[in-house]
Amino acid sequence: MNPIRSFADLIPDAVPAAESRQGAERSIAIRGLAAYYGKHKAIEGIDLDIGPGVITAIIGPSGCGKSTLIRCINRMHEVIAGAYATGSVTLDGTDIYTPGSDPVQIRRRIGMVFQKPNPFPTRTVYENVIAGLRLNLPRKSKADYDEVVERSLRSVALWDEVKDKLHDAGTALSGGQQQRLCIARAIAIKPEVLLLDEPCSALDPTATLKIEDLLFSLKIDYTIVIVTHNMQQAARASDRTAFLMADENHVGHLVEAGPTREIFLKPKDSRTEDYISGRLG
Amino acid sequence: MHEQAETRRFARRRASNLMSLLFVVLLASLSVAILLVIVGHIFANGLSSLTLDFFTKIPKPYGEDGGGIAQAIVGTIEMLLLAGLMAIPVGVATAIYLVEFGSGRFAKTVGFAIELLAELPSIVVGVFVWALLVRNVTGYSGIAGSTALAIIMIPIIARSVEEILKLVPNGLREAALALGTPRWKVVLFVVVPTVLPGILTGIMLSLARAAGETAPLLLTSLGNNFFNFNLQKPMAAMPLQIYNYAVSPYDDWHRKAWASTLVLIAIVAIMSGAVKFLTRRWKHESN
Ligand SMILES: Nc1ncnc2c1ncn2[C@@H]1O[C@H](COP(=O)(O)OP(=O)(O)OP(=O)(O)O)[C@@H](O)[C@H]1O
Ligand SMILES: [Mg+2]
Repeated sequence: MNPIRSFADLIPDAVPAAESRQGAERSIAIRGLAAYYGKHKAIEGIDLDIGPGVITAIIGPSGCGKSTLIRCINRMHEVIAGAYATGSVTLDGTDIYTPGSDPVQIRRRIGMVFQKPNPFPTRTVYENVIAGLRLNLPRKSKADYDEVVERSLRSVALWDEVKDKLHDAGTALSGGQQQRLCIARAIAIKPEVLLLDEPCSALDPTATLKIEDLLFSLKIDYTIVIVTHNMQQAARASDRTAFLMADENHVGHLVEAGPTREIFLKPKDSRTEDYISGRLG
Repeated sequence: MHEQAETRRFARRRASNLMSLLFVVLLASLSVAILLVIVGHIFANGLSSLTLDFFTKIPKPYGEDGGGIAQAIVGTIEMLLLAGLMAIPVGVATAIYLVEFGSGRFAKTVGFAIELLAELPSIVVGVFVWALLVRNVTGYSGIAGSTALAIIMIPIIARSVEEILKLVPNGLREAALALGTPRWKVVLFVVVPTVLPGILTGIMLSLARAAGETAPLLLTSLGNNFFNFNLQKPMAAMPLQIYNYAVSPYDDWHRKAWASTLVLIAIVAIMSGAVKFLTRRWKHESN
């Protein structure tokens, strides 16, 4: 089978969702971003626009700086000792890197889900969902928390599976359930943007499809950025794709970005084509 | 022919494997045997002296039969409590600083200081407290004894808690940070609760070690043959009492030394048993 044609089959037809959300807020503009680990420069010269109402996929070979890039979007990059970033990332027109802006506040607006499911082991399913509220927001009534827990778990399609296990440890769930729990925990504090760094790499195909369906239903409410190693996933689940690659000095650059259909079927850069087809062949 | 050599080599390898296993098991049993001999000896010699009087009376005048170690039990418990009050916050905070916040030169200095403090012989700690506190400020007293014990406990707590905090996967800290949690809250409400049983075990370890210290107390709390609840006065302690009974020429007192040893070991065992019990319940509840 022609691999390229199989991508064409995977990619959904141009999504009108993006248009219907035009003028909506929650858009991100990255300009001249460079990120360092101490002296080592990991990415450089990144210019990328991330629109609301769509899913943006970031793809590229291992070590090209995908995680680094996505962690710069909510200032998680700098929690690693010696790591820092230069350039600008604006959310709705304000630069999150402007001096005096508080990374703690920014992370409440821009949530993140990691590669490895990481529910808090000392907390129950219920407590995991409301962890962000309990840790950082004024105390609310039990009824409010109940409501948040049910709503968040329903929107990650986990409610029916865990409604009888709400008071079991979060780590007692299966890997796929744990990852959906982590997404529920991230959206319980109602961020504007959701960043996901290879959220499905530890999951089986069924659980992966569940998460993809879930992202599809979440994109109306959240600006979503997903890093993935899986070409099929990028093709299936994203509206826009950004392709990153490291140069000979191991510094990651953005090769091209655009609608997923174009990147996969009519890439402008030969490196994009090589990567996409190489992955399949 | 070739095959035969192969089989022989295999047999030889098996034999040498067996030999080395036997050797290791033998030496390992030796450490168990040592423990059994010690515990057995303590029981055999001490058990007969464990009367009610032993726990409720103070020692009799030199050479008289009877009497107990009540004042030493009181002294040890009081001094351990005060020493814990001083050492636990300092030790735990030091470990948290080193693992969760520390980088750069100051953190290196702190880490190095803890390392040195841990290697200080306990008699040196005693001399130091004697020179600085006993001679000029407090005199021989429970406070001075507690201070010496606290100095011994701090590096033990700091190092064990440090090791335990390092075991917390970074993903957990990042999960909390990504929810917009300030660092201090991440440490207090996510990292520490995750390893609380380990932290308590580390604290227990330091208390057990301090409970058996003799040399620094000789120079600081001095010992006392009478009831004393006042930390500002010279205070008895179980290891000191064991020493006093043991160096006497009387058989009855020798038996009392063994019995005191038995009680000291029991106290330590009860404390660590209690921590194990509590942390298991705590784990159970959080599941
Ligand atoms: N904590 C770190 N300290 C130092 N260098 C790092 C650190 N994390 C990543 N790097 C370096 O930064 C570069 C980009 O890494 P990054 O993790 O962003 O790549 P990636 O595209 O996410 O790779 P993968 O697909 O394997 O996850 C690599 O060269 C890596 O060696
Ligand atoms: Mg990565």
